[in-house]
Amino acid sequence: MTDVLAVTDHRRGELRDVSYELITAGRELADATGGELHVAVISGTVDEFAEKLDREGVDAIHTVDHGEEFNHDVYAQTVTQLYDELAPQYVLAPNSVNGLDYAPAVANQLDLPIVTDTVDLEADGDSLIATREMYGGKVETTTELAGDAVVTIRGAEWPAAEGTGDASIEAFDVDIDEDAVGSTVTGFEEVGGGDVDISEADVLVSVGRGIEEEENLEIIHELADALDATVSSSRPIVDNGWLPKNRQVGQSGKVVTPDVYVAIGISGAVQHVAGMKGSDTIVAINTDPNAPIMDIADYAIVDDLFDVVPALTEIFE
Amino acid sequence: MKILVTVKEVATVEDEFEIEGTEIADQYLGADLNEWDDYAVEEAVQFQEDGVADEVVTVTIGPEDCEQTIRQALAKGADRAIRVWDDSLAEADLLDVGAKTEILSAVVEAEDPDLVLTGVQAGDDSFGATGVSLAEEIGAQWGAVVNHLEHDLEDGVASVRRELEGGVEELTEIELPAVLTIQTGINEPRYASLRGIRQAQRKPLDVQSLDDLGVEGSAVDSELELTDMYEPESESDVTVWEGGADETASELGELLREKGVAP
Repeated sequence: MTDVLAVTDHRRGELRDVSYELITAGRELADATGGELHVAVISGTVDEFAEKLDREGVDAIHTVDHGEEFNHDVYAQTVTQLYDELAPQYVLAPNSVNGLDYAPAVANQLDLPIVTDTVDLEADGDSLIATREMYGGKVETTTELAGDAVVTIRGAEWPAAEGTGDASIEAFDVDIDEDAVGSTVTGFEEVGGGDVDISEADVLVSVGRGIEEEENLEIIHELADALDATVSSSRPIVDNGWLPKNRQVGQSGKVVTPDVYVAIGISGAVQHVAGMKGSDTIVAINTDPNAPIMDIADYAIVDDLFDVVPALTEIFE
Repeated sequence: MKILVTVKEVATVEDEFEIEGTEIADQYLGADLNEWDDYAVEEAVQFQEDGVADEVVTVTIGPEDCEQTIRQALAKGADRAIRVWDDSLAEADLLDVGAKTEILSAVVEAEDPDLVLTGVQAGDDSFGATGVSLAEEIGAQWGAVVNHLEHDLEDGVASVRRELEGGVEELTEIELPAVLTIQTGINEPRYASLRGIRQAQRKPLDVQSLDDLGVEGSAVDSELELTDMYEPESESDVTVWEGGADETASELGELLREKGVAP
């Protein structure tokens, strides 16, 4: 039997999508050997969350009413105690910023191996085969391990669990050592406001690492002007300080859904794609025909952006 | 105050490559300082320039080949470096998070830093777990995915921002000693100056074996086994426009007009 404990994710009063995806992934693992799926929801309005999480395939939901928002010490202590109580084979957590803030600590404390950012999982009761990417998505790998493990799953790789379940919902009596809580969340801040809202644009001319130098952004701005489009970018451009944060498309930036998204010199890392895959038409301009952006592009020009972009601008000037 | 920064040399892969077994064939691989670690080194050096840190030490698990990468970090301003390596590490196929945690915790014990900075993740295997695991092991506090860090460290507390998804940052106070995993964009990593590069050649770079650190050889036995590596199947149904830049640009121009989005 392979029991699974899935730890859900929420922020500022809302369950995050990956919580329902964890149920799907957890159910698949448990099904492989006829085990049970336990779901934990920690902090916040846990009773309300538990009702929403009671979807098809969940056997038990354990609520822990302790604090409002995520605190990694509370999560780590709770998950460790749940593991001792329930003895699941796998602890599933989201590969979110918060998931990565407690899952490794849980694994180390329990002396379990951890495998992160998985995109597919297969279990047979003894061993687990985890599929994950390496080298920024250039290759996929399978990693095998035996025995118990902590596993984090990438968002949007499993479908969200649906339907209504008949899980038992119970408050878990956790014993939090407050002296060991050494961090305090004092607030949240939305970043990336300001002069322009890229999520409102019909056409985005989006620039990535391929532009090489800050001075070269000039040709991107010229193209955007000629097209009457808005300039956005992938993460490295904002990291370099070449464009403000409010221009960043992706997981940590904005999600955009323009009519046309022109990705210029953007390789298409998964974090970027998460922010623009809903665009109506995606055009990629990139020298690398194997870049991940080609997987989601509708049209592509495999050529040097420094030749193509000025030529395009000229057409509309 | 002493800061320990973990520095990894990562493998980089050319656009076109071949896979041999569970590895990318050597001739398609390059080596570089892990991008996230570059930001962690910069943050540590800025702590020193602000007069908060007295010493910045880097630690790397890796063979002699990676000393050039370590010297890069020294050239940017770190004071000295530790490189951990021996035969049992050379023979290991894969170092999992548990193995790295054990090795790095022995270095932390020997160095007793007030702050440990790591990159959020490594650009090659992207586990993103070692920093937080290390913190738990050494009984320190931690913060994952830090993209802003106040340098006054008043009352032994680090005020940080953690970069959550969707353009939201979490403001958090973290007690020291702590391990912080540093996100790209937190600063602007400098290029090493010529003077820095010259000085780096003379800075201490100590090589330590597992034995020197009091770590048992069995610590590097991984519980994970890499069993397969392959190129992901492309789900692409992309239309690639052929021809010179003028031709392809006019195809795209045509499309934009068809979609009614261009003048």
